[in-house]
Amino acid sequence: MLITELKSKESIDALLGAKAFIINCFGCKEVSFPEEEAKALQKELCDAGKVTGILTMDYICNPDNLKLQLENFKAEADEADTVLVFSCGVGVQTVADFFSGKKVFAACDTYRLPGFQGVTPQEFDCDQCGMCFLNGTGGICPITACSKSLVNGQCGGAKNGKCEVDPEMDCGWERIQKRLEKLGKIDILKNAPVQIRDYSTDDATKECKESE
Amino acid sequence: MKVTDLFKEGKFVVSAEVGPPKGFHIEEMIEDAKKYLTHVDAINVTDNQSSVMRLGSLAVCIALKNEGFNPIFQMTCRDRNRIALESDLLSAAMFGIDNVLALTGDYTKLGDHPGAKPVFDLDSVSLLYTMGLLEQGKDLGGQDIEGEPPTFAKGAVVSPCSDSLDAQLVKMERKIKAGAQFFQTQAVFDSERYIKFAEIAKKEFDVPIQLGIIIPKNAGMCNFMNNNVAGIAIPAEIIDELKADKERAKAGITGTEIAARIIRDCKDYCQGVHIMTLGWEDKIPALMEQAGL
Ligand code: SF4
Ligand code: SF4
Repeated sequence: MLITELKSKESIDALLGAKAFIINCFGCKEVSFPEEEAKALQKELCDAGKVTGILTMDYICNPDNLKLQLENFKAEADEADTVLVFSCGVGVQTVADFFSGKKVFAACDTYRLPGFQGVTPQEFDCDQCGMCFLNGTGGICPITACSKSLVNGQCGGAKNGKCEVDPEMDCGWERIQKRLEKLGKIDILKNAPVQIRDYSTDDATKECKESE
Repeated sequence: MKVTDLFKEGKFVVSAEVGPPKGFHIEEMIEDAKKYLTHVDAINVTDNQSSVMRLGSLAVCIALKNEGFNPIFQMTCRDRNRIALESDLLSAAMFGIDNVLALTGDYTKLGDHPGAKPVFDLDSVSLLYTMGLLEQGKDLGGQDIEGEPPTFAKGAVVSPCSDSLDAQLVKMERKIKAGAQFFQTQAVFDSERYIKFAEIAKKEFDVPIQLGIIIPKNAGMCNFMNNNVAGIAIPAEIIDELKADKERAKAGITGTEIAARIIRDCKDYCQGVHIMTLGWEDKIPALMEQAGL
């Protein structure tokens, strides 16, 4: 799960040159996007005469799709000195890669959203850790459901079933404990070997390294 | 000296705790230790406790050792990755610091540098395991350690009055399997609850446990801890006792009596006590006397 939030009006203004081309990505169900606020802000920018055009599409993170859609906006894009992207971080990077000669800015901050239940449309989150622990935890992800991403059990910080970091959040290891007890599988956890994460299998890290 | 050797001798091990200052002048701390802590068997030195930046635990351990005390080096996994943790373990060994207490550590946001990066590359279990590897002359990367490998008395913590006791017991078992040789507990205020835990622990595991003790200062502190500190459950009777005579409570007399009583109640169910003073080091001699230690 991702959450995107608009950056402040001030910080967006500070990014803009004379003319901006705007790209919105509202497509992805995994991303919670502040659509209304984005539209309001864009209207303000249009009224101020700072916008050459607006492209709203799905899945800008797909480079082929992006390229295809942009063919219809060539003039608008050429006219602009900056491209302002309203999407998650993946989308921004895709656009930046496409417009390698233009200033491309993110209008949103992208947050991961670990473990919050009932707030978001989807209950589950995966941090793509590259060595899935779900088989030993009753199907609850310790990487995203525990604030410290602990893989060997509960820390000493849980109080009344809530996490020490955020009293609104259920302690992930409390949930894992309950789930395993219910499944009659608590021995799996007791007898599991000491778990140590291998950060070299983290695909995200690899991609970053490659693109450096 | 390894506290595990003391347990083996059948000694009832009393340890206290000091928190390094936010600065590097430790004269006062050493003076206090000389005044009040000469009769304890070991002194824990906290590691940037509650995620508040302070003088390093290892440095203070070395200073205490030089003054003839027996330090226990507390290590959390919050601020260092596995390379730094292993390196610091070797540094400890070089200085003859051979008691290490492995902790996962409080989350960074709870302290005075809330924007700091929380590391948690290892946790208490994998840190204990790592100590065991070093003792076998290997590091986590699979490389050999040069020369005679270090040895440690490997300690860990457990929270006997936690409302997640089952999860705590599972974690305790994982710590023992990873090499923990002794335990210190979160502060206990409810003897009955502790004894229940100790009976389970005794049946399941054969490992020395030091009862954690905090001298309660006043009702406000107790209410605060009840509401905010994980694993703390202070019964209403204790709070009433502190409220009854505010002057006695303020002088630490009531709190010392309460703590001594808890130690006496639980003495047959633990192999030592660990006293977290929270600034009341000067009450330790009276506490030890009243508890019959
Ligand atoms: S354990 Fe790792 S791979 Fe499995 S769901 Fe969690 S983050 Fe994803
Ligand atoms: S309280 Fe629970 S969820 Fe929070 S860091 Fe500790 S184990 Fe993880």
